[in-house]
Amino acid sequence: MTTPLLATRQLTVSIGATRVAQRLDVSIGPGERLAVLGRNGTGKSTLLATLAGLRAPNAGTVELCGSRYRELGARRAARLRGYLPQVAIDPFPSSVLETVLTGRHPHLGRWAWESVDDERIAREALAEVGLARLDARDVHTLSGGERQRLAIATVLAQCPRVALLDEPLAHLDLNHRIAVLESLTRRARGDGVAIVMVLHDVNLALRHADSALLLFGDGETLAGPVEAVLDERSLSKLYAWPLRELRDGHRRLFVPE
Amino acid sequence: MASRRRAVYVLSALALLALASLVIALAAGSLSIPVADVLRALAGQGDGVSAQVVRTLRLPRALAAFACGGLLAAAGSLMQVLLKNPLADPYVLGISGGASVGALAAMLAGLPLIFVDGGAFAGALAATLLVFALSRGEGSWTHTRLLLTGVIVASGCGAIVALILTLAPENTLRGMLFWLMGDLAHAGSPGPALFVLGVSLAAALPFSRDLNLLARGELTARALGVPVAGLRIGIYLLASLATAAAVTTAGSVGFVGLIVPHLVRLALGNDQRVLLPAAAAAGGALLTLADTLARTLVAPQQLPVGVLTALIGVPVFLYLLSREPHAGSS
Repeated sequence: MTTPLLATRQLTVSIGATRVAQRLDVSIGPGERLAVLGRNGTGKSTLLATLAGLRAPNAGTVELCGSRYRELGARRAARLRGYLPQVAIDPFPSSVLETVLTGRHPHLGRWAWESVDDERIAREALAEVGLARLDARDVHTLSGGERQRLAIATVLAQCPRVALLDEPLAHLDLNHRIAVLESLTRRARGDGVAIVMVLHDVNLALRHADSALLLFGDGETLAGPVEAVLDERSLSKLYAWPLRELRDGHRRLFVPE
Repeated sequence: MASRRRAVYVLSALALLALASLVIALAAGSLSIPVADVLRALAGQGDGVSAQVVRTLRLPRALAAFACGGLLAAAGSLMQVLLKNPLADPYVLGISGGASVGALAAMLAGLPLIFVDGGAFAGALAATLLVFALSRGEGSWTHTRLLLTGVIVASGCGAIVALILTLAPENTLRGMLFWLMGDLAHAGSPGPALFVLGVSLAAALPFSRDLNLLARGELTARALGVPVAGLRIGIYLLASLATAAAVTTAGSVGFVGLIVPHLVRLALGNDQRVLLPAAAAAGGALLTLADTLARTLVAPQQLPVGVLTALIGVPVFLYLLSREPHAGSS
C-alpha cells in the first residue's frame, strides 16, 4: 500500500447548523477517483474546501501527501493539489490562454514569466477539454459550458497530484460530461493523479469513480468502493427518494421510482 | 498573451511618452523655451532667465505632476483589483474626502502651507484607517462591505467640507476651492511624491501575478497559493498611501485614477505585471500634460488641473461606459 495522497483523520466538519461529516476517516491513493455524493445543502462543497485546505476543519486533520496544510504552506500546497471552485469570477476581460496559464502560478518564481513549457502545458490542457481553438477568445464571450471546461483545463494545467473538483460536470452537455470524466480518468490512470469530485449523477459515479463518499446531511457518512457502497438502500436514503436498480448485462443503473 | 518581450516594448514606449511629456512641460509656458535650451538647462549649463525658469519653476512642478498622476493611476489599478470592480478609483473609499477635511480645516484655522499638507495627509490616513476598522467588523471582510463603508465615509467627509466652506471667510475660500479641484501651482517639492511612487511600485510589482489571481476571486487565488488575506491588507494600505501622497501634493485631482487604468487595460489587457507600471507611466504623462495645458491655455491665468482632468475624463469615461455592453456581452 502506497502512502495516501490525501487522508483525513477523525475529520469533523460542520457549517452553520449542518453537520457535514463526523469523525471521518478516508484516504485516497495515487490514481484513485472518489465521488462525493449527497443532496443539496448537505455540505459537499464545504467538505471539498476543507479537503483542499481552504477551510479549517472543526476537528480532526487533513493530510496532503503526508503533511498538514499548515506545515506545507499555501504555495507548496498549490503545487500538490488543484481545486475547482463552483463559480468562476472574472470581472476583468482576459483571454482563454491567459486564464488557463493562471494554473501555472504556483510553479513560477516571484519574478518569472510563463515559459515556453508553461505555454505548452496550458495548450495541452486546453486541447484536452476541446478548447484549443478558442485560445485567443475573451472569457466573457464563452458559453457557460465552455467556461466550465476552461476552469477544468486550468486545474489540469496546474498539474496537481490531487485534484479536488466541485461539480466538474456543471453546465456540461452529455458528450462533454463523458469527455471530461474520461480525461480525468486518463490523468488518474496515466499520471497517478488522485481525483475527488462532487457529482450529482449516480450512474456516472458508478462508471467513472473507484470509490464513493456519501453525505447524508446529519454528520453520517458512508465511504467505500462504488460497487459496495452504491445500492438501492443507501441511495434511496441519500436522496430521500426511492431508487431502483436496473441491470443491462453486467452494468448497473439506478433510476428514480 | 503578455510575454516578457512585449512588456518590455510597451513599457519602453510608455517611458518615452513620459519623458516627452516632461520635456513639453518644461518647454511650454508664457515664456516659450526651445527644447535644446531645456536640455541644456537640465544638464546644468546656461544660467540665463530661461535656464532659471526651467530648473526652479517648471521642473519641480512637472515632476510633481508626473508623480501625482503616476500615484493616482497606480492606486486606481490596485483599488480596481482589490474591489474586483473596473470602475473603482482611489477616491471611492473616502481617502480624498478625509484629505479634503484635513487640508480645509488647516486652511480655515489660517495655518501655513506645511500644515495644510500635513492636514491632508493626516486626514487621508485617518479616513483610510476608519474605513478599514469599520469594514473589518465581525470577522468577514468582503469587498462589498469595504466599498459601502468607503462610500459612506466619503459622503460624511463631503458634508464636513461643505460645512467648512460655509464657515470660511471670503479671502480663504478661493484657495479652498482650488485645493478641492486639484491644483499644482502650490505643489511643493516633488521629492516625497516621487519617493512614494517608487516605493509603491517596488512593493507592488513583485506581487503582480498574485494580483492577477486575486482579481479572479478569493477562493481561486487561495487555491493557487496566494496569501490572500495579507495581500489584500497590503494593497489597501499601499493604495491608500499612494493616494494620500498624491492628494497632499496636488489636492484632489479627479479621474486620473479611474480613467488611466481603464484605458491601459483596454489597450494592453489586465496583466498587472504590465498594467501597474504602464498605468503609472501613462498617468504621470497625462497629468503632466494636463497641468501644462492648465497653466498655458488662458495664461497668465492658471486653471486648476483637476478641472482639466475632469473635462477630459468625463467624456472619455462616458464613451467607455457606453461601449462596454458591446465588448462584454456574450
